[in-house]
Amino acid sequence: MSWDKTLLKQAGEIIELYPQKRSALGPLLHLAQSKDGYISDDSISVISELLGITEVQVKSVSTFYSMYKQEPTGKYLISVCKSISCEINNSTEVIDKVQEFTGLNNNETDEDGLFSFEAVECIGACGGAPAMQVNYETVEGMNAENVFSLCSWLKESAPEVIVADEMQENFGGIKSFDWAIQDNTGATSTAPGFQTLKTSKVKK
Amino acid sequence: MRETILLTQHMRSNPEDSHLIDSYEKNNGYATAKKTLLNSSPEKILEEIKSSNIRGRGGAGFPTGVKWGFLAEDEDRYLVINADESEPGTFKDRILLERDPHQLIEGIIITCFSANIKKAFIYIRGEYAKPARRVQQAVEQAYQKGYLGNKIFGSDVDLDIVVHLGAGAYICGEETALLNSLEGRRGEPRLKPPYFPAVKGLYMKPTLVNNVETISSVPWIIENGGEEYNKLGVEGSTGTRIFSLSGHINKPGNYEIEMGGSFGEFVETLGGGIRNSKKVKAYIPGGASAPWFRGDQLDIKMTIDDVANNNSMLGSGAVVMMDEDTNLVSAAKSIVSFFAHESCGQCTPCREGTTWIEMILDRIASGRGRTSDINLLLDVCDNISPGLSWPPKMTTICPLGPSAVSPITSLMNDFREEVERLIPTKVLL
Repeated sequence: MSWDKTLLKQAGEIIELYPQKRSALGPLLHLAQSKDGYISDDSISVISELLGITEVQVKSVSTFYSMYKQEPTGKYLISVCKSISCEINNSTEVIDKVQEFTGLNNNETDEDGLFSFEAVECIGACGGAPAMQVNYETVEGMNAENVFSLCSWLKESAPEVIVADEMQENFGGIKSFDWAIQDNTGATSTAPGFQTLKTSKVKK
Repeated sequence: MRETILLTQHMRSNPEDSHLIDSYEKNNGYATAKKTLLNSSPEKILEEIKSSNIRGRGGAGFPTGVKWGFLAEDEDRYLVINADESEPGTFKDRILLERDPHQLIEGIIITCFSANIKKAFIYIRGEYAKPARRVQQAVEQAYQKGYLGNKIFGSDVDLDIVVHLGAGAYICGEETALLNSLEGRRGEPRLKPPYFPAVKGLYMKPTLVNNVETISSVPWIIENGGEEYNKLGVEGSTGTRIFSLSGHINKPGNYEIEMGGSFGEFVETLGGGIRNSKKVKAYIPGGASAPWFRGDQLDIKMTIDDVANNNSMLGSGAVVMMDEDTNLVSAAKSIVSFFAHESCGQCTPCREGTTWIEMILDRIASGRGRTSDINLLLDVCDNISPGLSWPPKMTTICPLGPSAVSPITSLMNDFREEVERLIPTKVLL
């Protein structure tokens, strides 16, 4: 097994939360995503042993869900929404700009391993359309200009923690609703930033 | 039209710290749950929920009290909160999770007391990382105070809550798919029977699956009584409901209102009208799965039954306005692409049909449509949902496939010219 002790301990704690071991499969795949930036064959074999199911069972679940990536992702996963409210509010403009900046087609990662790009379905930010996420942290009210600035900022300052509020304040526009609460917590990988997974951090 | 504030009360009066337990408690938070556990009975709580006549806020609008009443006897029973909000246009659960997670937890405590449940799961879509963090933080705070865990509030009630992150699959909003997902399987809807998770659900044990907004309403109902709640709104659509308004609108956002006013009133007053004073060409009354209404149908009332009588659905409460300049073929294509992407692939009519519709619409939208395409579109739709009627007939395990047909029937019934105009009449060589 090539998950280190810390990660295995964490996996054990997650498994404990559920009445049946297999329920931990989803969270463990998020862990694998945060470790390598994708679901590696190695992680699949570790998880199958931990949960007592076959590797094929793990693989079949991991390929069902769009957030488990089958190929390595870059440091920043840029997901621009293209569903109805965003579509009618010019999300194509935002998508075009991201593609122009990164040189990426849909579902591609650049050679430096900095950016991955995907056009995604509804992220629940329809009032702030067009909206997008970086490492699953939402920023709303985007357009061709501010998304260009956001991408440039990511490239130049290479933040370790992606914080929704910071992006929104510096680059975003109209919001779905008043966010109200000050929040400096964000994501540290291309898995969603979440305490139980230890994939979130407070930005100092 | 004015808002009626029940669910969004605490977050409005304490905008900066409404997510923290101290702030929630200062405003009488957890007082209802505490009273309930120490002085009430499970039967009484169920009676209040029944008399409130609240209907589920996830989309199907099933009466909550009836659902609770179905819950079969068993030593192990579960509550699963459906926070997999992914219906395009919908962002109302997001605000409840982000800004008032303790209200949801209090609702869970009361619900579990009423149903004698000791373990609850909150299934939050993976893309809602920030809302999930807020809920997890709130759960931890509640444990620290002894409001979760063993012998909560000093009663003999035990309750554990696990916050579970999904991983990007709209279909997991369908309750049996959600349960499969929570069991560590592919998020494929289960073949019925068994019809109700309340009889055979998570791990084939009796399980209540309820929406975030539904359970967040429970503390108010119990504190004020089911009768009081029943007085709000109109018969069949009681209480308040949070509508997510988006599209070409001046003031998009979440609005908590009593059901009963018209869409037009809603858009003009709370929504501040259509952007740039344009006219409405069409609008979606209840999320991407709902058939559209035309701009001349703005006087339809926002109730579950009124919308249903006009052959659509109030669904998840997502209202999307499309102005006169909207390219409706592109709009329909966006919706169909969504369903094609989110189809789980189990049933052939949905898996193949949605992809075909997407391809044909793409062809039409880009000016390469064929004169035979309109009939072909309708034929493919008819294979997914025979007769193209409403409510839709099903050839599939779940309603996802028929949902993809909704925008096409709207397009063909009300805006056929717009589609025909895009199809070249001469063969281009």
